[in-house]
Amino acid sequence: MIHQILFIIFGVICVAGAVNLLVQRHPINSALSLVVVMGALALIYLLLGAEFVAAIQVIVYAGAIMVLFVFVIMLLNAGEEERSRGSHIALLLGVPGVIALGCLVAWTMLSHNTQLGGVRINTADFGATQPIARLLFRDFLLPFEITSVLILIAIMGAVVLGRRES
Amino acid sequence: MTLTTYIVVAVIKIIVVVFIMLTGVAYTTLLERKVVARIQNRWGPTRVGPFGLLQPLADGVKFILKEDMIPDSVHKGLYILAPMLALAMSLVAIAVIPFGNSITVGGTTTALQITGVAHATGAISDINIGILIILGATSIGVYGVALAGWSSNSKYSLLGSLRASAQMISYELALGLSLVGVLLLAGSLSLRDIVNAQGQNAWFGFVPHWYIFPQCIGFFIYLMAAFAETNRIPFDLPEAETELVAGYHTEYSSMKFAMFFMAEYLNMFTVGSLATLLFFGGWRGPLFGPPLLQSLLPVLWFAIKVFFFIFLYIWIRGTLPRFRYDQLMAFGWKFLLPLALANIVVTSLIVALRA
Repeated sequence: MIHQILFIIFGVICVAGAVNLLVQRHPINSALSLVVVMGALALIYLLLGAEFVAAIQVIVYAGAIMVLFVFVIMLLNAGEEERSRGSHIALLLGVPGVIALGCLVAWTMLSHNTQLGGVRINTADFGATQPIARLLFRDFLLPFEITSVLILIAIMGAVVLGRRES
Repeated sequence: MTLTTYIVVAVIKIIVVVFIMLTGVAYTTLLERKVVARIQNRWGPTRVGPFGLLQPLADGVKFILKEDMIPDSVHKGLYILAPMLALAMSLVAIAVIPFGNSITVGGTTTALQITGVAHATGAISDINIGILIILGATSIGVYGVALAGWSSNSKYSLLGSLRASAQMISYELALGLSLVGVLLLAGSLSLRDIVNAQGQNAWFGFVPHWYIFPQCIGFFIYLMAAFAETNRIPFDLPEAETELVAGYHTEYSSMKFAMFFMAEYLNMFTVGSLATLLFFGGWRGPLFGPPLLQSLLPVLWFAIKVFFFIFLYIWIRGTLPRFRYDQLMAFGWKFLLPLALANIVVTSLIVALRA
């Protein structure tokens, strides 16, 4: 019961943050809305019992990546965005598209409710640090390492692009 | 324990801890002024009360009564949010710190920690990601500093906050990596488990099983990174008064300034407590006397160890000059970070060989 209430609260905060991200005209307000979304997501992970993922969500996304976003916005001193007058294509295609997508998702959820099933947590230490470490560093070690090499390549690419001028 | 007692106990614990922490902050400012004055051959505050002991009270009254100015061209919402965020995040970090084992008052046993619980069996446990919550809270605390500088719409504030956030992001890496050695030895992220792991039989029969001894390099890195993370001398470039007036809080006055001030001192307490818990055996020390004394003595040992760190902070402030900004960045990225990585490699190798 209390889980459901908390889920609804954090879910609403999450969606409100996401909507606010699009509505706000100042980039720094948008970036901070995204931080709110990240925080609300972390709390939903916490409700699922995945406390390690929740903490990492806050440290990595809200604490590191979004700080860099805010940092860049501050450095560039980006001002308020101009609001466009609204194109007809967005109105003609966008609104029906969103309605159709919403209907499709809602219909799938409602009609295949029984087949989808819920999230089932099998072990008592689900979401704790040790099982996640076991998955990352034993069962899926190779994909994990390859991902880090990919990120390294991206960093090196950025350095090369940044130094080209001189 | 019923839900009602649980909530009542939790609220009492929160009130007591916040009261003690804020009083501690007030008297740390007095201690700092006194000690720095002595180092510089001065008297320090002596006028208010005996030995100037009521000075923090006078400062507090002054902060509250001063005009709370909001400059015209600030980004108002964020300008007000920033000091609150900084203070709130430093209080969140305090919430997971265990001050002692447990205490029994009137038949109700509870952990000496806001987020700790005593089970019916008498076992005490706390959240198993305590240390990550502290790291997360400090990384969210960066927003307080960054937004304060940006929303003030002033050159000095912006430069100060850019320096501060760059410095905090850089040294957070070294700080986090310096703790990994201890975590490897203890095998847990729960602060309570880490302290209990240091209660094993002493080395050579008399040296306490504190992680400072196997992790002296980790402790050195942690200490340096913690000084930078709390923006203290010799890494106080964000507030370098000769260059930036007062850095990111130049435009703040009255209670809003006091909130940044409190947040900074609370952060000093947090990093001091973390050093005590991870490297100096936390609340462990000799126990004797009746049961109530036995449950309160650990808090005293803990407080003494944290006091040592606060004193070290003040001592260094009175002794060392300020780094240059490029020296600060080079020190963090080219010296501390590789050293921390090497420490992790060596520690994990030894842990793996002994397992």
